[in-house]
Amino acid sequence: MLKMSDPVLKVEGLKTSFFTDDGEVPAVGGIDFEVKEGEILGIVGESGCGKSVTSLSIMGLLPSPPGKIVGGHIYYQGEDISHAKESKMRKLRGNEIAMIFQEPMTSLNPVFTIGEQLEEAIKLHNQRLPKKEIENRSVELLKRVGLPRAKELLKEYPHELSGGMRQRVMIAIAMSCNPKVLIADEPTTALDVTIQAQILDLMIKLNKETNTAIIMITHDLGVVAQMCQRVVVMYAGKIVEEGPVKDIFNHPKHPYTEGLIQSIPDLHGKKERLYTIKGSVPKPGSITKGCLFAPRCEFVMDKCRVNTPELSGGEHKSRCFLHQEQGRKEVRT
Amino acid sequence: MPQTAQVHAETRAAKERSPFVNAISEFWKSYRKNKPALFGTGIILVFILLAIFANFIAPQGINDQNITNKLQAPSAAHWFGTDDFGRDIFSRILFGARLSLRVGFLAVIGSIVVGTLLGILAGYFGKVLDVVISRLFDILLAFPSILLSIAIVAILGPSLNNALVAIAIVNVPVFGRLVRSRVLTVKEEEYVVAARSIGMGDMRIIFHHILPNSIAPIIVQGTLNIATAILDAAGLGFLGMGAEAPLPEWGKMLSDSREYIQNAPWTVLFPGLAIVLVVVGFNLIGDGLRDALDPRMKN
Repeated sequence: MLKMSDPVLKVEGLKTSFFTDDGEVPAVGGIDFEVKEGEILGIVGESGCGKSVTSLSIMGLLPSPPGKIVGGHIYYQGEDISHAKESKMRKLRGNEIAMIFQEPMTSLNPVFTIGEQLEEAIKLHNQRLPKKEIENRSVELLKRVGLPRAKELLKEYPHELSGGMRQRVMIAIAMSCNPKVLIADEPTTALDVTIQAQILDLMIKLNKETNTAIIMITHDLGVVAQMCQRVVVMYAGKIVEEGPVKDIFNHPKHPYTEGLIQSIPDLHGKKERLYTIKGSVPKPGSITKGCLFAPRCEFVMDKCRVNTPELSGGEHKSRCFLHQEQGRKEVRT
Repeated sequence: MPQTAQVHAETRAAKERSPFVNAISEFWKSYRKNKPALFGTGIILVFILLAIFANFIAPQGINDQNITNKLQAPSAAHWFGTDDFGRDIFSRILFGARLSLRVGFLAVIGSIVVGTLLGILAGYFGKVLDVVISRLFDILLAFPSILLSIAIVAILGPSLNNALVAIAIVNVPVFGRLVRSRVLTVKEEEYVVAARSIGMGDMRIIFHHILPNSIAPIIVQGTLNIATAILDAAGLGFLGMGAEAPLPEWGKMLSDSREYIQNAPWTVLFPGLAIVLVVVGFNLIGDGLRDALDPRMKN
């Protein structure tokens, strides 16, 4: 048995590349992180920084070709699954690790009812369950994710439901087999703000009830602040900062994280122009020397353009020369 | 408001029926607005009924000869006249409907089954399999279809059943390519990735997600192809590559009577008319199905 403090999922030096006509494009360039049982970990970053590729790599669902894990390990309960066979992965998926996607509008099959899809998911891992039992379980799952008139919903088609309801159904499907890890890839991006808050509350509630670890992939630091205990900040396929949520919000140690925090609109503060990080994420593989963030960094030093900083620090790690040299530096807050 | 009450009653009634019945009634609602399609359905239903009850309707047997009565113009006794052996053309056309409809349906079902299978293999599993299957389709499509069916019949020997097989083979790539392109699209849909993320296997994904989402264009193409299959069968019959001599196959009847086209035009007119009606009927149904089943046309 695992101890409480052991990680359920541990990613070590994961490197994922896409092999295109223009050669190898590294999407994830060696990342390490771990999730403990019952923990909610946030992975934050801009579009194109490798968040989704990381989650697909863990699930073994990379579109292959062209995607391929070229290095590192993924340990699920101590067992390396980074190059596991498809049949082995199929048993893990849903049962042990489940995933919810960004677009609730397209992640349900339009030609089947909610009931058929939910029952299918339950049957997949419990083949001998009697029909009545499966139906009861479906109703119960729908109630657990806070959907009203569960019995009638089973007979309805996805297009009869709103986006928020569909995302709840997706969560119900993902939770149908009590997975130990739930990867949520921007689950609220396509929803409006009130529904977003409800879905996040639901996920926190399920996390408390079932002790399922959640990896929350998002570009929204607000979501992280509300949900997560620990957060990993990714930039251009690498982790630039990692640590407890409070530490990172109060004392960001990387100019990128700092920029992200400053670009959250403040309800109570003075109304000024919102802070933006200039430029955009570099094309994967285009920067070969120095810190990946150097071209956009306000505090860039000469050595940032030549040497690559390492991820260092104790519980709160960062990949930046500025903070490694000067120790913890209070930056503008 | 009475109108809203009625709508509520309707939606409630819809909830209580099974999803399948619901889908059918939904489909019927949009299909019945299409007058030409209803007309086509009418034609085909009449032909199907005539074919089924040919035994009871036909005034004479298909091979009842009466040489003294040959090449008679249409009359009360012989509605469509008689041919050069004095056989009743009306009766022959009724029995001919059996042959033509059978060829149409069976050939299309055959090519749908084989084409769908190959299309799924090519589209879903891809790689080498896709290259091999797709090139095979390209090769089949490179021949003019009638030429290819003649070649196949020449190998198998002329008979109506071999013509059926030939037509089925010729039509395989039509369905194969259609299914392959649908599979390629549906495979990338998020619900397929979502299904894989809960541990669904390839076979389940193919039969639960990909096939049901590809079925509508197959049905539409299938209906349209029944018409071409019947036409091809008639063409092969006309060329002497299809049905054998006494069989009342429509194409065969046309070719047998072509010498009498000036003296006894009814011998050509009625079988030709039968072919035209059935082909038009299936085409109208196909167009109607396309409009009713295309999700983009739904409101």
